[in-house]
Amino acid sequence: MKKLGIVTVLIASLLLAACGASAAGETLSVTGSTTVQPLAEKLAEGFMSANQDVQIDVQGGGSSVGVKAAGEGTSDLGMASREIKDEEKTQFPELQVHVIARDGIAIVVHPDNPLKDLSLDQIRGIFSGSIVNWSEVGGMDAAITVAAREEGSGTRDAFMELVMGKDALILDNAILQSSNGAIRTVVSTTPNAIAFISFGYLDESTKAISINGAAATEENAASGLYPVVRPLNLLTNGAPQGLVKAFLDYVFSAEGQAMVRAEGYIPVK
Amino acid sequence: MQTKQNVDRVVRTILLISASFSIIIVISIFVFIFRSSLPAFSAFGLNGLLGQLTWRPANGSFGILAMIVGSVMVTLMALVIGVPLAIAAAIFLAEIAPRSVQAVVRPAVQLLAGIPSVVYGLFGMVVLVPLIRRIPVAGNSGYGLLSAAIVLAVMILPTITSISEDAIRAVPRSYKEASLALGATHLQTIFQVLLPAGKSGIGAALILGIGRALGETMAMIMVIGNSVILPAPLNDNPLTVFLSQARTLTGNIAVEINYASGLHASALFATGVVLFGLIMIVNVSARAIINRGNPSAG
Repeated sequence: MKKLGIVTVLIASLLLAACGASAAGETLSVTGSTTVQPLAEKLAEGFMSANQDVQIDVQGGGSSVGVKAAGEGTSDLGMASREIKDEEKTQFPELQVHVIARDGIAIVVHPDNPLKDLSLDQIRGIFSGSIVNWSEVGGMDAAITVAAREEGSGTRDAFMELVMGKDALILDNAILQSSNGAIRTVVSTTPNAIAFISFGYLDESTKAISINGAAATEENAASGLYPVVRPLNLLTNGAPQGLVKAFLDYVFSAEGQAMVRAEGYIPVK
Repeated sequence: MQTKQNVDRVVRTILLISASFSIIIVISIFVFIFRSSLPAFSAFGLNGLLGQLTWRPANGSFGILAMIVGSVMVTLMALVIGVPLAIAAAIFLAEIAPRSVQAVVRPAVQLLAGIPSVVYGLFGMVVLVPLIRRIPVAGNSGYGLLSAAIVLAVMILPTITSISEDAIRAVPRSYKEASLALGATHLQTIFQVLLPAGKSGIGAALILGIGRALGETMAMIMVIGNSVILPAPLNDNPLTVFLSQARTLTGNIAVEINYASGLHASALFATGVVLFGLIMIVNVSARAIINRGNPSAG
């Protein structure tokens, strides 16, 4: 009996401690795109170190989840790495979109691939399966292996919208992987592969090719020369107020936008 | 006295709860998955989900037939590659290897079971896939059924080997002695006495192996290519079907659940229901086969 009493006291004090901690400061929840997530986490850290009593929780889930979470009010802020779809606008008419940064999508090939440049039409042809050999676009004589992100990914949605257009579909036997990192591994180990990844994931293990002569650089993406650029959005249901507004102000401040640049994305201010 | 009886009762209740725990978990998981899949079943019907090849959530097509075929094919291929190896290893460990060799081989086999599946996947992705890609067939990306089946075969090895070895060791010593006394050689004894007598244990090992193979997710996602296509030969040679990409049921759920909502999410739960059903069918039929074989073996 004595032991039981001790356990009860322990549990009760733990519960009290937990309640006490959460009651001390304000909290802000941010949910959605895994592309925006690392950036949002950095911004949240910066904001929290300036405002000690604020707790910001950032979780992934994908752009669609972000739209839903913001629209239904389960999160204070949603994250989306693509434009908001029309049906989402009808479902959540109050939704406000705040573009906090821009991100280029690079078309990458194996570093040994001699190809340097493709037109948007050629890229569309390759990903839709009407161009199947590198020699058709001026490369070596080898079959093209297409790799892509899975259905629902914000990067894929943005690629579909910006490159493929309304009717073209990614060919059925493309290798599908569920993260930018996995796609990069596929391309870096497959000599004849082509895929699309976020600028933030570019390194020497893959080679980004230029589109219509514009190299995949932040300058070209910012100037509009590089055509495949998408917005990174934070979403609020209605006009931002209170803590949400304070956080957004911080995101658009010089300090916040410097963080955007440091993370490899293109600042909006 | 009163307190002692109370303690007894409490302990008995705790044991009962522990025993019911797994049943409760299985039932609640099934109820949850089934309930979440109902919207998809009522929207598309059984045929719209199980009978259709096209899976394009963006366009409202949710056919999972290609994934059923993918899962079944990769599992069968893994069994064809892995089971002979595993049973041979079990025979070797139980009957042939001297103690010193056993001391090396058995921990090595058991170590295989402890390797996380993502490590198998990574190994497959950077070592096995480039090797398979060297097979000179147009359209062979290296990612596909063959790579996945080889990775899977290695992953089910330890389970099948350990349980089969125990099954062979559990055969009464008198069986072996009688067989040898009748003039049978050691190998004849192994294949005609020990293996048939250990059949039910080896069968249990196979069921566990199949369950593991059907349920494996991470390693499969990394090497099978995940394309939603019905595996088909890449050229005139029908054997090239093994180089075709595919997607497994588990992979379908894992790859897409992060972003899914509404009917798409529900269709993924329906994929889970199908997987659940597939594993039940395997379990029940395997048990039936083992039980039917038992009287003649005993």
